[in-house]
Amino acid sequence: MTPTSPARDRGRTGTGWRRSEWRDLPTALLFIAPATFGFGVFLVWPAIRGIWLSFTDYSVFAPASFVGLDNYRRMVADPVFWSSFRVTIEYVVINIGVQTVVALLLAVLMQRLTKSMWVRGIILSPYLVSNVVTAMLWLLLLDYQLGIVNQLLEKLGLDRLLFWGSPGLVIPTIALVNVWRHLGYTALLIFAGLQTIDQQVYEAARVDGAGEWASFWRITLPLLRPYLAMVLIVTSIGSFQVFDTVSVATQGGPANSSNVIQYYIYNVAFTRYDFGYASAMSVALLLVLSAITFVQYRLSRAGQSDAS
Amino acid sequence: MTTTTPRNDDGIGTRPRTPHRRHRLPLGRVLGWVVMLIVLLVTLFPFYWMLRTALSSNSGLATHPTSLLPVDTSLNGFRRALGLTTREESLAQGGFGATIDFWRYLANSVVVATAVTVCQVSFSALAAYAFARMRWPGRNTVFGVFLAGLLIPSIFTLLPNFVLVRDLGLLDTLPGIALPTLFMTPFAVFFLRQFFLGISVEIEEAAMIDGAGRLRTFLQIIVPMAAPAVTTLAVLTYMTSWNDYLWPLLVSQTDRSRLLTLALGVFRSQAPAQAPDWSGLMAATLLAALPMLALFLAFARRIVNSVGFTGIK
Repeated sequence: MTPTSPARDRGRTGTGWRRSEWRDLPTALLFIAPATFGFGVFLVWPAIRGIWLSFTDYSVFAPASFVGLDNYRRMVADPVFWSSFRVTIEYVVINIGVQTVVALLLAVLMQRLTKSMWVRGIILSPYLVSNVVTAMLWLLLLDYQLGIVNQLLEKLGLDRLLFWGSPGLVIPTIALVNVWRHLGYTALLIFAGLQTIDQQVYEAARVDGAGEWASFWRITLPLLRPYLAMVLIVTSIGSFQVFDTVSVATQGGPANSSNVIQYYIYNVAFTRYDFGYASAMSVALLLVLSAITFVQYRLSRAGQSDAS
Repeated sequence: MTTTTPRNDDGIGTRPRTPHRRHRLPLGRVLGWVVMLIVLLVTLFPFYWMLRTALSSNSGLATHPTSLLPVDTSLNGFRRALGLTTREESLAQGGFGATIDFWRYLANSVVVATAVTVCQVSFSALAAYAFARMRWPGRNTVFGVFLAGLLIPSIFTLLPNFVLVRDLGLLDTLPGIALPTLFMTPFAVFFLRQFFLGISVEIEEAAMIDGAGRLRTFLQIIVPMAAPAVTTLAVLTYMTSWNDYLWPLLVSQTDRSRLLTLALGVFRSQAPAQAPDWSGLMAATLLAALPMLALFLAFARRIVNSVGFTGIK
C-alpha cells in the first residue's frame, strides 16, 4: 500500500501528471495503432469517400467524374426511391412497434413470473441464428401450399394467405418474421432496464392501494423511459437497414412492394453498377438515421431529467 | 402468540380487499404464464419444424403437411444438401440438383469468424486499455472521435469499402471479407473500455512499481481480470461475423470464399419457386444454423447475461 500512495499523490499535482502523460504517449500510441489504422481505413475514409461518390457518376469500371447534385436531383424525381422509402418506413413502424410492445410485455412478465435462465435462454435463441436461417424457417412455415400456418388457417375454416407473395401482406410478414428473431433480445434489454427500478417504489405504491395496471403506467413506464429510448435508437437503426430477409425471401417483390431502401441501393450498385446514385441514396439514409438518433436521444435526455 | 398476531393484523387490515386479491393475483399469474408459454412455443416451434421437415421425404410432406412427426423418416434431405447423392437420385427425391459444399463453407466461415474475433478483440482491447488506463495528451479527443464512429451505420461504409477491397485486389478472398472488421469496431473499444475502467487501479500500480511494463501489466493483470468481458465480446463478435450476409454477398463471388450463411442464401436462390425441395432446404438450414446453436449451448449463460450490458451503447 505505502508505495502506491506517493505515486498517486504525485499524480494529483499538475506537473507530475504532465510529465507522466508525455512519458506514456509513445506506449499509448503503440497500443491504439492497430485500432486507429482500422478505424481510419475502413470507417472514416470510406465514410468520406461515400459522401464524395454521391456527387459523382461512377460505374465502378471507369474513374468517378464529378457531376454535382445530379444524383440527388435524380433521387428526388425517382418514384422507385420514394416507394422504397415508404416501404421501409412501413416496415420499421410495424417491426419496431410490435417488437417494442411485445418485448415490454414479455420483460414485465419475466420480472413477475420467473428469473429462470432457461426461459431467458430460449427466448434469446432465435437471435443466435442468422437472418438467412430465420427467413428460410418462415418461408416454409408461411408457405402457401405446405406451410403449417396456412394449413391451420384452412382447418379453422379461413382462407389461405399469400404471406410472401401479396403486395399488401409482404411487408407485415417480413416485419413480423424479424420480430420473431429480435423479440427475445429486445425483451432482455428491457428486462435489464427493469432491474434498475427500485422495488421499494412498487411496495410503496401497493401500500397506497395502486393495482398492477396503475403501477405499470405510473411507475414502470416513466422510470423506464430513458432506457426504452435507448433501446428504440438501437433497434430502429438496425431495422432501417433490413436487407437479408428481403434478399433471401422476396427479392423485393412482388412488384417492388418489398423493395426496401437497402435492397434498392444494393440493386442500383450491383446490378446496374451505378455507384454514384447508390451512394447518394446511402447518404440520404444516413441523414434519416442521424435525425432519428438525434430525436430519440433528445427524448431520452428529457426522460433522464425527469427521473433525477 | 407472536406468530398469530401478524396474521390477525393482516386479516383485519386487508379484509375488504382479500377476496378481490386472492382471485385476481393467481388469475393474473395464470394468464401471465399462458402468454409466456405461447411466446416460448412460438420461439421454439420453428426450430422443431425445421428438424421435422429435414428428416421427412418430399412426397411425405406433400401428403401429410401437418404431421407433427417426420414423415418417411430418412436422412435423404441431408444427403441431397451435402451432395452425397447422384443428381438422378436427388431429382427423383424431389431435389433440384444444387448442393452445399458444407465442409468447405464451414472451414471458410470458421477461418473468417476466428480471424475477425481474435484480431478485433485483441486490437480493440489494446486501444481500450490506452483509453481507460493511460494518460496521454489528446486521449479524450481521440476517444471522442472513436465514439462518433458508433454513429456511422455499417451500410454506409459498404459501397466504399467494396471499392477499396476491389482496388486492393482482394475481391473473392477470405482476407477481403475479414478486413473491414478485422481491426476494431467502435463498439468493441467502447465495451472493453467500460470494463477496464471498473478494474481497481491499486493492483495495476503495484505491478508497475514492481517494474512490469505497460504491455506486461496489460496482459498479466488487466486481461485476466477482464476475462468475462473479453469472452462475452469474443462470443458476440464471432456470432455477428458468422451471421453476416450482405458484406460476404458483395465480396464473395465463387466457392473459394463462400461462407456458410451466404451459401444457404445461394442454395435457396437455386431452388425452384414451384414445389421446392423443402426437406433438402431445411436440412441445409439446419446445417447452417447448427454451429451457432452449438455455440449458444456452450455459452448460454454468458450470452444471456451480456445482453443487458451490450444494450447500453
